[in-house]
Amino acid sequence: MSSDAMAIRAAEAAGRPWVETLHDWITTVDHKRLGILYILLAMLFLLIGGLEAIVIRIQLMRPHYDFVSPQVFNRMFTMHGTTMIFFVIMPVMFGFANYLVPLMIGARDMAFPRLNAFSFWLTAFGGLLLYFSFLGGSGLYGAGNAPDVGWWAYAPLTSRAFSPGHSADYWTISVLVSGFGSIGTATNIIATVISMRCPGMTLGRMPLMGWMTLVMSGLVLITISPLSAAQIMLLVDRYLGGHFFDTQAGGSAALWMHFFWIFGHPEVYILVIPAFAFASEIIPVFSRKPIFGYPVMVAATVGIGFISMSVWAHHMFTIGMTSAANTFFVLTTMAISVPTGIKIFNWLGTMWGGKLQFKTPMLFCIAFLFQFLVAGLTGIMLGAAPFNWQLNGSYFVIAHFHYVIVGAILFCIFGAVYFWYPKITGRMLNESLGKLHFWLFVIGFHMTFDLMHIPGILGMPRRIYTFEPGRGWEIWNMLVTIGTFIQAIAILLFLANLLISYFKGPRAGNDPWDAWTLEWSVNSPPPAYNFAVIPTVESRRPLWDRKHPEDPDSRYE
Amino acid sequence: MKVNFRGMEWEGVARLGAGILLLVFGLLLAAGLCSASTPGENPVPNIFEPHSTPADSIFHLSLFVLTITGLIFLVVFILLVYAIVKFRARAGDSPHEPPQVYGSTQIELAWTVIPILIVVVLFLATTRVLHAIQDAPKPANVVEVIAIGHQFWWEFRYPALGIVTANELHIPVSDPANPTPTYLKLLSADTDHSFWVPQLAGKTDLIPNRVNTMWMDPRRTGIFLGQCAQYCGTQHAKMLLQVKVDSREDFEAWANAQKQPAKQDESVSAGRHVFETTACINCHAVTGTAATGRFGPDLTHMMSRSTIASGAAENTPENLGMWIQDPEMIKPGSLMPAMKLSDTDQDALVRYLETLR
Amino acid sequence: MSAISTPIAQTPGAWKLPYRSKVGMACLIIAESAIFTIFVVAYLYYAGKSLTGPTPREVLDPPIFYTICLLSSSLTIHFASRFLERGGRGAFLGFWFLTIFLGGLFLFGTGREWHRLIYEHGLTISTNLFGTTYYSLVGLHAFHVTVGLIMLSIVFLFGLAGRVGSEQSARVEVLSMYWHFVDAVWVVVFTVVYILGR
Repeated sequence: MSSDAMAIRAAEAAGRPWVETLHDWITTVDHKRLGILYILLAMLFLLIGGLEAIVIRIQLMRPHYDFVSPQVFNRMFTMHGTTMIFFVIMPVMFGFANYLVPLMIGARDMAFPRLNAFSFWLTAFGGLLLYFSFLGGSGLYGAGNAPDVGWWAYAPLTSRAFSPGHSADYWTISVLVSGFGSIGTATNIIATVISMRCPGMTLGRMPLMGWMTLVMSGLVLITISPLSAAQIMLLVDRYLGGHFFDTQAGGSAALWMHFFWIFGHPEVYILVIPAFAFASEIIPVFSRKPIFGYPVMVAATVGIGFISMSVWAHHMFTIGMTSAANTFFVLTTMAISVPTGIKIFNWLGTMWGGKLQFKTPMLFCIAFLFQFLVAGLTGIMLGAAPFNWQLNGSYFVIAHFHYVIVGAILFCIFGAVYFWYPKITGRMLNESLGKLHFWLFVIGFHMTFDLMHIPGILGMPRRIYTFEPGRGWEIWNMLVTIGTFIQAIAILLFLANLLISYFKGPRAGNDPWDAWTLEWSVNSPPPAYNFAVIPTVESRRPLWDRKHPEDPDSRYE
Repeated sequence: MKVNFRGMEWEGVARLGAGILLLVFGLLLAAGLCSASTPGENPVPNIFEPHSTPADSIFHLSLFVLTITGLIFLVVFILLVYAIVKFRARAGDSPHEPPQVYGSTQIELAWTVIPILIVVVLFLATTRVLHAIQDAPKPANVVEVIAIGHQFWWEFRYPALGIVTANELHIPVSDPANPTPTYLKLLSADTDHSFWVPQLAGKTDLIPNRVNTMWMDPRRTGIFLGQCAQYCGTQHAKMLLQVKVDSREDFEAWANAQKQPAKQDESVSAGRHVFETTACINCHAVTGTAATGRFGPDLTHMMSRSTIASGAAENTPENLGMWIQDPEMIKPGSLMPAMKLSDTDQDALVRYLETLR
Repeated sequence: MSAISTPIAQTPGAWKLPYRSKVGMACLIIAESAIFTIFVVAYLYYAGKSLTGPTPREVLDPPIFYTICLLSSSLTIHFASRFLERGGRGAFLGFWFLTIFLGGLFLFGTGREWHRLIYEHGLTISTNLFGTTYYSLVGLHAFHVTVGLIMLSIVFLFGLAGRVGSEQSARVEVLSMYWHFVDAVWVVVFTVVYILGR
């Protein structure tokens, strides 16, 4: 679209009443708009979840501090975990997948646009319901308060006997509902990737993002369902007098754990595989080379998907399983490090021999490589079951998984935002502000999560609203808290950048990064129909072929 | 790494800053982990300061794992830094794209096979320690303890000795030549808990309707600290643990004292009367009296413990009075109700409880 | 970089990908299978572990007739689909109705069995572990049958109004995939509850 057309469109938009624009957005079935809605939802909950983290860290700044009561603290860590997993990371990944996958495969929309909208609104409703629990507090005839059972909601803590009121129900139903939304989006992604690729785009020519969202969606189908099943069972226990997890009637608390972690472990791969996808798109562009070992990357991702279904009980090494069972899960847990390590080496191989441009998206992906390496190594430590018997349930584990979720996943998400913001909005984000965001966040992240390993080693368990003085934990907790504030400032800078650049950023053009996948061949932002003519591709990097007709990729694949 | 901010070159500053951070972090880490403790006192429950065979085996395994993962980290870290420095785009570069390398089967094979070998080694080392701890044959002279987790306190029973106590676990030191380990059977009366005293053993959960076991053989006397490590409700944070490792003689003396029924002291009969006629006996037990409640801790020898409310407060008359008057002041959310006694009744009761040595 | 035009020739017809609705239904079936698997695992895990109350051996009576009804409905829906593909609207409607009827009969049978279990044997979802797992598993399946019957009935009504022809046969095929899935789940549930669990 020429700048004249954009000017016309802007003028039209300016003249419309805001309710019409709002109505358009609420009723949209366009994958691009739904993608943006998912991402905005995730950002809102990121702020809320972040505030909950800050409350937690202030309370733990000093031993025996009383910034909040134990009841409030327990709600804070439950809500923080539930929010971040189900209403931040999953929606943001679905949002990017929604926006990018049809563009990358040369399609006009997702396979089922209305299901797409329905899934988004299910997730949004789930988030709303979860937070409504704060309002449905003790004032409303003791209807309950925010859930305080931890984001795993272990039985029998969640039974009527130990969780009277409705707080546990808010957790159960909001996550159940958003789980159905996730299954809907996963179905959509799989059908889109399988059935809507443009001519010439065999599965082997699809951008790695296509493969990775495919694997992630397959995992969603198989593993969100066990959680949904367990939650239905919990509702049967709480409302129909069932005994699924009623230990007094012969039920098993461990059964909830198995069902939860059969979901819970693949869930973390659901969260991280799209982050791998972002890195796999960004690193090649800023190394000026194709991804090293595309077929191996695909095989490793599929391998990770399969193996991830077999490791779940490494979250349960301390519950007293037999040594045979423990040994099995040690084996599978260590095994999954092999395909994961291969991917790190392949990204390294992509950078090797390239011409590295340290723009903000690349900075975040490079930090991701360092941090994911460390996270993977502490994961191996946790996979050694006897070592796990010391480290599990302590701040070491919290440090490990935040290293993955913040250090790897969130860093890749930031990279993705800097990379694709120009495509989505038509404007460039400010590079200086981006670099400031990056360095501040790196400092804050390492201050918090490097040091957080230490209290774990010194015996500090997790989920405690206060800790005892004299155990050597004080200084570490104080420093960890300070790092949180530095991260918060960095995120505020990031939000400022997003907002200011939307109005004042320089125009991006179609292809500001000189990239090679199909989304960079259309306008920024893309027209509603994506492509004037559905393209035909002959290699994995269609735009490379067009820009280098004398040396197309199709000759080498 | 070129960082352009306000037109200045911050590259050197950024590198220096990163280096300093790394150094400071390293020093702090070393300081934190090498905290020396006075013999007898073990205030820092450091997993790298084991004093019992299971904790020790885990410590040695962890050194092995840390060495291997440390080496992996160094290798990959160096390669990454090298790549970032060597292959960065420089101002004078040619405008052409670098060689477009798509992959290399040999390299892929190399960095698949080597990790597999490392995994095999780690797996074998881990399995050996796993079996050594979990499937250790039980020697003849063990002290059997049944630990029952409650919201939010620990019940300890010694079936062979006929003792019931709470929150502070006494066990004998174990001489390696003639081991007398303590074997714990772990049960729960309500939700999930976890027994974690880092310097003596890895943690094991207490799960309702399930029997777990663990063992420890402390090789040094002293007090070892721990606490519940599985979120069990509001006061999970204050379900503290003290393991008092006594010499053989001290342990015998303690056990004999614990076996005795409560002392009958006529001077506190008023307080005992309050105890026996109020709701106290619904939850608590004092052997030798009418109180046989099991919901709360056994109080027969409560003055032999240094803390009350599972470590939430020092065992002093003032704290005891506060605990009975309003437990929310000490442990909000605990299941002890506020007894709301008159001042005279409460004073008498506290004086009675103070005789339960 | 500025916009690049794409004058690449199209080759229509040569590029054939699977029908997206079939892929979508397959995904739904996979997800539902995972849910049912968890309920089956719970059922098997708790078999024989009830502390009180009636046991499966005492009260369960394999619903052979109603099972035959349900499994036959898979056959009838298959025929209905075939006829529709070839344009035989009348035959399609006939077999489609038969499918609904047989499915409805199955639900009726389930209801009868539950009535007997509750009122004659006192087995409810809260009686013991067997009651909880039995009603949940069979109930989850019956719920899926109900939803299937509703969808089938909607299609039937559209068919009566003359709006279902061979052009819709692909979509009808997708719905019959769901119905076959429901029947396959019953085979598993029947085996687990009435054969293995006793």
